[in-house]
Amino acid sequence: MKSKKQLTTLAKHIVALFLCTLVIVPFIIILLNSFKTSKEAALMTLELPKQLLFENYATVIEKGKLAQSFVNSLIYAIVPCACVVIFCGMASFTLSRRITKLNKFIYMFMILGIFVPVNYLALIKIMKLFSIYGSRFGLILFYIANNIAFSIFIIYGFIHTVPREVDEAAIIDGANPLQLFFEVIFPLLKPVLVTAFILMFMNIWSDFMTPLYLINKTNLWPMNLAVYNFFGRERANWNLVFADIVLTALPVLIIYLIGQKQIISGLTSGAVKG
Amino acid sequence: MKEKKFYPMYFIWPALIIYGLLCILPGIIGIYYSFTDWSSYSDKINFIGLENYKYIFTSGQDYTKYIYNTLMFTVVSNIVKIIPALFLALMLREGLKGQNFYRGVLYFPSVLPYLVIGLLFRSMLHPTTGVVNQVFGALNMDFLAQKWLTDPNFVWGSIFAVDAWRGIGYVMTIFIAGLQSIPESYYEAAKIDGAGYFSLLKHITLPMLMPSITINVVFGLTYGLKVFDIIYVLTNGGPGRMTEVVATGIFKEFSDGTYGIGSALSSILFVFMAVVGILIVGRMNEKKVEM
Repeated sequence: MKSKKQLTTLAKHIVALFLCTLVIVPFIIILLNSFKTSKEAALMTLELPKQLLFENYATVIEKGKLAQSFVNSLIYAIVPCACVVIFCGMASFTLSRRITKLNKFIYMFMILGIFVPVNYLALIKIMKLFSIYGSRFGLILFYIANNIAFSIFIIYGFIHTVPREVDEAAIIDGANPLQLFFEVIFPLLKPVLVTAFILMFMNIWSDFMTPLYLINKTNLWPMNLAVYNFFGRERANWNLVFADIVLTALPVLIIYLIGQKQIISGLTSGAVKG
Repeated sequence: MKEKKFYPMYFIWPALIIYGLLCILPGIIGIYYSFTDWSSYSDKINFIGLENYKYIFTSGQDYTKYIYNTLMFTVVSNIVKIIPALFLALMLREGLKGQNFYRGVLYFPSVLPYLVIGLLFRSMLHPTTGVVNQVFGALNMDFLAQKWLTDPNFVWGSIFAVDAWRGIGYVMTIFIAGLQSIPESYYEAAKIDGAGYFSLLKHITLPMLMPSITINVVFGLTYGLKVFDIIYVLTNGGPGRMTEVVATGIFKEFSDGTYGIGSALSSILFVFMAVVGILIVGRMNEKKVEM
């Protein structure tokens, strides 16, 4: 009986290790080959590079205009995340504390955005009307809009855990609505806001479709488009393409390692309640 | 009285206005444009009734295939992710040493940019220099080496494999959270009554896991119907137009300047997803009332 259990455990470890290998090996191949010469890298083997060519990275950063696009990506991700966290925190607060028929409808209307796709063609028309098409500001505004539905969904679910007595105490102390929200409630929402921030950040960092539609100047490109364009020009040089992949994946890897707990808790907090 | 004052409606406006103007309004205006000949070739926009829809469904072009592909992708990609992920979650549920490491590694691909995944697998699946075919070659199994992303017989299989590689960890994580919310006492009670592994699975685990199953299906549905990135970076709709889906089709119409047809395609997706969304949100709301 006992040995049967040990056998099952062993089998589980083998399956799990095998699957983890499938995830990790591609990255090792990429990392190793990003330091090789173009000729060596074309073979795409797991052999160690004969010498470490760090200049591949320098070439990619310079030729691929990665510095500029990295800064662009940072702006496109951080500004909308900060705005969404504030706007959705405020909206969810009123929506969940004052449950009227209208507010219920507004809530449902807003989380409908999780489902419906955006019509980019008509969106561009609207943006041209306001003269924000093709600009940084336009893209940022759209990212705010596009992340509202999911953020309302997870923040709204969390606000119930903050007891109403907290509000009442603050009101008795003479707080006005803005003080009540920003000085009392906002800090208490920190766990869910951090989660929402991280999830949004990674979504925007990965997003490929929106800039294809909304950005037409190369100096406004986010990293994704710069890398894709570089791949189009340099696809014969796998070593450079690989260095490019490493540089694009690195920020996400770092955020993932730091924020893994928040990412998973956020993902599941909305999920398990259904 | 107090409620009105301390939970003011102006807290809602910024989010509601930006969301309404840039997410929902384009969808509604788009329905209007889908009845016009809007294009980049002319400044005038004329009302042409149902012509665009007629063209999409009866012209014999590939449009109906885009719709079929989208539905097919949604069904298949979810089956190949949800079922293995459920078994993985059951396996990694408890008591396995190093389970946090396993979970962390398996979840990681789902946070990677699609572009990275696309380039990664385009290099690995390259017919001559790619790792996959080289491994088959080294094992003297050349007959297994294929043109993974350009051979019509294999291209969908490759897409589903890459999509599963990316998404299984995500689905699994939601299942694990669901499993952890099942009280241990249920199992203990059932075991005293003599229930075996499969009986526990059928009568306790699966029913208690329904919320997680629902959320995975719902997220999977919206992901599948809106799919763009993974197709665009892996095959860009090729070979030919074989793996084109609705979202990549809309982008092609945008690039060609045929905005009217693009709007019609987009509106089909918009209306369909809006109906699905309203049904699901309505159901969620009912459940909350019951609880």
